[in-house]
Amino acid sequence: MPSRTPSRAGFFALAFALLALFGASPARAADDDSVRTILAQLRDADFDGKTEMIEKLVALDHPRIATILKALSDSRLYYQEEGDRVVIGLGDAADIAIEDAVSGAALGQVGKRDLDRITANNRLRSLIEDRLASLGLASADPRQRKAAVEAFLRNPDPAGAERLRARLAVETDSGIKELLWLALALADLASDDATVRAKAATALGGRMETEIRGPLARMAAEDGDPAAKEAARIALARTEFRLQMLGWAETLFFGLSLGSVLILAAIGLAVTFGVMGVINMAHGELMMLGAYTTWLTQQWLPVNWSLPVAVPLAFLVAALVGIAIERGIIRFLYGRPLETLLATFGVSLILQQAVRSIFSPLNRSVATPDWMSGTILLGPLEVTLNRLVILGFCIAVFALLWLALQRTRLGLEVRAVAQNRAMARAMGVRSARVDALTFGLGSGIAGVAGVALSQLTNVGPNLGQSYIVDSFMVVVFGGVGNLWGTMVAGLSLGVANKLLEPWSGAVLAKILVLVFLILFIQKRPRGLFPQRGRAAEV
Amino acid sequence: MSELISELDAAGMHPPVGPVDATHGILLYLEGVSVSFDGFKAIDNLSLYIGDGELRCIIGPNGAGKTTMMDIITGKTKPDAGRVFFGQTIDLLKLDEPAIARVGIGRKFQRPTVIEPLTVLENLELAMSGAKRLRGLMTTRLSGEERDRIAAVLDRIGLTEHGGRLAGILAHGQKQWLEIGMLLMQEPRLLLVDEPVAGMTPAEMDRTAELLRSLAGSHSVVVVEHDMGFVRSIADRVTVLHQGRVLAEGRLDELQEDPTVIEVYLGAGDAYH
Amino acid sequence: MRLPPWLLSDRAGLVLLAILAIIGVGVPVLNLLAPPDHPLHLTAYTVTLLGKYLCYALLAVAVDLVWGYMGILSLGHAAFFALGGYCFGMYLMRQIGTRGVYGDPVLPDFMVFLNWQELPWYWHGFDLFWFAAVMVLVVPGLLAFVFGWFAFRSRVSGVYLSIITQALTYALMLAFFRNEMGFGGNNGLTDFKDALGFPLQADGARIVLFVLSTLALAGGYLACRWLVSTRLGRVLVAIRDSEDRARFLGYRVEKVKALVFTFSAMLAGVAGALYVPQVGIINPGEFAPLNSIEAVIWVAVGGRGTLVGAVVGAVLINYAKTWLTGALPEVWLFALGGLFVMVTLLLPYGLIGLLRRREATA
Repeated sequence: MPSRTPSRAGFFALAFALLALFGASPARAADDDSVRTILAQLRDADFDGKTEMIEKLVALDHPRIATILKALSDSRLYYQEEGDRVVIGLGDAADIAIEDAVSGAALGQVGKRDLDRITANNRLRSLIEDRLASLGLASADPRQRKAAVEAFLRNPDPAGAERLRARLAVETDSGIKELLWLALALADLASDDATVRAKAATALGGRMETEIRGPLARMAAEDGDPAAKEAARIALARTEFRLQMLGWAETLFFGLSLGSVLILAAIGLAVTFGVMGVINMAHGELMMLGAYTTWLTQQWLPVNWSLPVAVPLAFLVAALVGIAIERGIIRFLYGRPLETLLATFGVSLILQQAVRSIFSPLNRSVATPDWMSGTILLGPLEVTLNRLVILGFCIAVFALLWLALQRTRLGLEVRAVAQNRAMARAMGVRSARVDALTFGLGSGIAGVAGVALSQLTNVGPNLGQSYIVDSFMVVVFGGVGNLWGTMVAGLSLGVANKLLEPWSGAVLAKILVLVFLILFIQKRPRGLFPQRGRAAEV
Repeated sequence: MSELISELDAAGMHPPVGPVDATHGILLYLEGVSVSFDGFKAIDNLSLYIGDGELRCIIGPNGAGKTTMMDIITGKTKPDAGRVFFGQTIDLLKLDEPAIARVGIGRKFQRPTVIEPLTVLENLELAMSGAKRLRGLMTTRLSGEERDRIAAVLDRIGLTEHGGRLAGILAHGQKQWLEIGMLLMQEPRLLLVDEPVAGMTPAEMDRTAELLRSLAGSHSVVVVEHDMGFVRSIADRVTVLHQGRVLAEGRLDELQEDPTVIEVYLGAGDAYH
Repeated sequence: MRLPPWLLSDRAGLVLLAILAIIGVGVPVLNLLAPPDHPLHLTAYTVTLLGKYLCYALLAVAVDLVWGYMGILSLGHAAFFALGGYCFGMYLMRQIGTRGVYGDPVLPDFMVFLNWQELPWYWHGFDLFWFAAVMVLVVPGLLAFVFGWFAFRSRVSGVYLSIITQALTYALMLAFFRNEMGFGGNNGLTDFKDALGFPLQADGARIVLFVLSTLALAGGYLACRWLVSTRLGRVLVAIRDSEDRARFLGYRVEKVKALVFTFSAMLAGVAGALYVPQVGIINPGEFAPLNSIEAVIWVAVGGRGTLVGAVVGAVLINYAKTWLTGALPEVWLFALGGLFVMVTLLLPYGLIGLLRRREATA
């Protein structure tokens, strides 16, 4: 790890060296003269020298330090030859008011020409900013205190360690306490005492911040004391382990996210293909219609409101188109699955071209609402909000569908017709109506899936095609006619895909998953969770 | 051995000598066979023995396991437990469907299954044993012997005049006979016949009964049937299946007196289907 | 010469063969002998276009053999077509030699471009015509055999089989898009120069390719017609209409299926190999699932289970495609989609079925 951020590591080395130099001596109230002495040196020093002087100033416990540093950072610190003193300019005119840098006494107006500016560069300015922040440690405002510790972590301050230790004793805010502890442990890593270093290393093991991993790695590589070195190595190993776990968690999340998309794409098929046995190659295009419905909704409504409206609308649009397909074509082809496949494929071509002719062949961009953009922290894991929302959405759709099939009259009839059409009819189920509604339900879910897809990919006429093979594989893998199977299959395929990706690359991962599926289906033609008995003989 | 054999002999053919060893007079053994689907025991510790040359009828209410039993014998379903032997030596559980067909077991399905776009002749040609190897299949011609064999079977099933017609346009009963004819072309030792007279007119039934009776002796024949009249007309021995096991076995008139049989089967109102 | 009875009874097939004989002779004559301003003159473009149709027709025959006679709806036959095409394309690439942009005597341009140092092992031998010609049969055949053997042995059938054949071609498409595969990635194989020393762009080569396509189609048709006329053909029909019946008759259904599927894939491979030099390019787009399904619809339109119908459908639809994508590009997909729906709903036996019914009622 250290090799990746050499400049930062170098800077830390310098800072730690200084820390070692000064950190041991206790801070004490300084008199004006020592400040003046340092200021005099500051005037002539080059930038490296200035860095040193700034650290010296910060180490002095003097009430004017913050003002002086601020002035230096703002290029308002001058040397006045007449009087041989360092002053602070107030204002930016040709004639400005000045005050003594150390005492703060007003010294009247002088011409700028009589002053010699003490220059600072950006590096010095950022150093000053951090030092000023760390001086805010005593502030009553917890945010300022936090900023002070963070400034220290970014850019450890030789004198700061003592201040931090003092603060840790009285700090009440647990977050800041933790941060303080961290900062101190980090400072201890540079201690002269090997036992202190080893203890600090052990304490820091498992922390994933780069600011900590850098020094630890260096210590594990270079520390002269074998015990300390070993402690650093173990600490690093713990960190690596946690990083790895985090990596796995991240992969898992991406896998689940992909899985949720697969499930959304496949779940409608699980109804039309799985429950009814109808193979609908236009399923992908129904998703596409859902995505275009989302786009259209956004033309009329503000983006933030569009999705809640688009979901029912997309369901309706896709369901109606689906019912039209069922009534117009599929019902004449029941019992002839291969013909159904061909006819619905024709429908998919027509829908694609229709969208191309109406909306243009170009992709439409669907905006993401504010409440779905950005990222959110789940513990140490940073996840994109839209993927999280879609994961939740997928679960909701699944749950609703499950309830619809298990708890409603239509669901009962659907299952009855699926199991034994003749018997269901004999019991008074109007099977034609049930067929149409079931197909409408499956199609509507495809439309809803399209809304979700519009948040992840480009919305174009080819949207459906890219999902059709995948979604059939999910249904078949899970076991036709088994909703839970579809869920498990979708999630596991999603995760498998993402697990393979870092090793093989995205395209190869997809190919491998496909090949696996092809082999799997040959081994278990009825999927993971097959239905058995006579009903399964499609 | 009777008619068919002599007919075939006359045509210069011999019945399959094969490795079937029925020296103890039993051709088919089912012992302790069980199979369940999702917890439902379709066949439950079933034991059944079919004698060489016997004509056996199997009856039982719907769901008694008749078709599942046929599936097990022909290799379509593998049982969870039990042994199924063809003769003394052939373990049917180790064979798949084509192999079982080749050792000499023919099966007629419940629904008549003939290949409708082919002619009656072609259906019989398709079923002809000895043509199953690839080399035998790569020909468009029939040899003289083959022609004679087909003619003999055509005559036996009474379809001689329909040889050139498409199987799809035959009457229902004729399709059933054609399917039995296809079985005969396989030269099996054992015929499993599932509901041969479903949907037949009484006259057709009589002819079918005659056909099946003529097969017994040279073949073992197992007939699953619902029609009691038909069963009475053909069977010497009848086995009653119930809930996957043998409930009773014997002559039909004896069974009809048996109170348990009356209760589960005849009493169920399912006897005359 | 007496025709064997199986051919003699196939009237439609005889008509088809006669037409193939006529165009096999007539097209070259009209191209070479009729002067360019003569109304009957056929341009080289037209000859190549016709040759392309014939290749598609051979693919359709291959699809019809497995779908029409054996009931296997393969949605992946374009994969075998493309593999045959790639095999021959590899030969053509190797023939370019130093005439490529980078002038490497061994490596094709795209490999030089990718900084490859040596030829991948699977490119070896493709500089030999006979080797490539054998591979045109072996590669699609082997894939079909292995795939079919596993699929049929586990009794994957019906729509499940259709879906996994589609997944197969889809996976191959993704794979061939990858540069690392060593088949030119996106761009595929192109810029061919010559075959067996004859420049492909020359009129003579186009004529030869056209005649070869005619012969291949005629040969493929005859082979399939003979096959379905044998006892094996009846077994195929039995498998299509009642797989269980065939099995209980003692046929090893999976073996028969795997064999015929393999043979069909080889035919498709030959069609692809003839197609590539005529169009001058092969790229992963040929694996697209849509291509396979289009081939199926050619067969459906012509009439499945007739072989002749496959040829008729392939030529008619591709002619319509050429014409429509030129004149009314927007309409083409509507027309194709509508065709899928109409044929399955209204014309289950295709055009040939329609003709036969006319004949039967007349």
